[in-house]
Amino acid sequence: MHCDITIQTAPFDLGAEEAALRVHAGDAGALVAFQGMVRGHDAAIPLTALFLEHYPGVTEAEIRRIAGDAAARWPLTAVRVIHRVGSLAPGEGIVLVLVASGHRAAAFEAAAFLMDYLKTEAPFWKREHFADGSQRWVDAKASDGDAAARWA
Amino acid sequence: MSSIRILYFGRLKDAVGHADETLDWAGGTTGQLLAQLRGRGEAWAGALAEGQVFRLVVNQQIVRGDADIPPGAEVGILPPVTGG
Repeated sequence: MHCDITIQTAPFDLGAEEAALRVHAGDAGALVAFQGMVRGHDAAIPLTALFLEHYPGVTEAEIRRIAGDAAARWPLTAVRVIHRVGSLAPGEGIVLVLVASGHRAAAFEAAAFLMDYLKTEAPFWKREHFADGSQRWVDAKASDGDAAARWA
Repeated sequence: MSSIRILYFGRLKDAVGHADETLDWAGGTTGQLLAQLRGRGEAWAGALAEGQVFRLVVNQQIVRGDADIPPGAEVGILPPVTGG
């Protein structure tokens, strides 16, 4: 399986990443793309920015491990993950997951699996910056843990 | 005297007041390190309470259970993660 993991501050381009992955996807009949975006609201106060930090080296290795787990469960030909860090504005892309496989069921399920484990295992931390000048570190959500638990 | 370098992430950085520190360390385990840090007082005990620590990383490897920390190691203390 082709596997490419990048942590970056710069925006990503879905079209360019999809074209690049097709080169490595082999005889794939399915390519699923998931893009996560920064929401402009959390509770009542508008968000001005979302700041993300990670643990260089450790975060990349953990995402690679998660992708390896996905490849062990489904017949994948290629996986591409881009996760952004630094300061992001509402509406910007924050995470991109591309999964190529022979058939769509495997591609859909593996993309959902990757996102569930990215949210619950990969070392990233979000801090919200609000329009009123306040800021806070985001709490881990129990619903994300529940989502990941369905694959156990 | 040997030492280790401790890195704090996310809200732990704010809770303990710094991003990293160097600590004298002759050898021991992750459990012993956490017990020592929690023993610094109420603020530390609260910041590093069980639900506040998601994983420990020793020399760039995520460890489970009570893992060995050799002198000279880099130790990352990770709060619950919120990426994706």
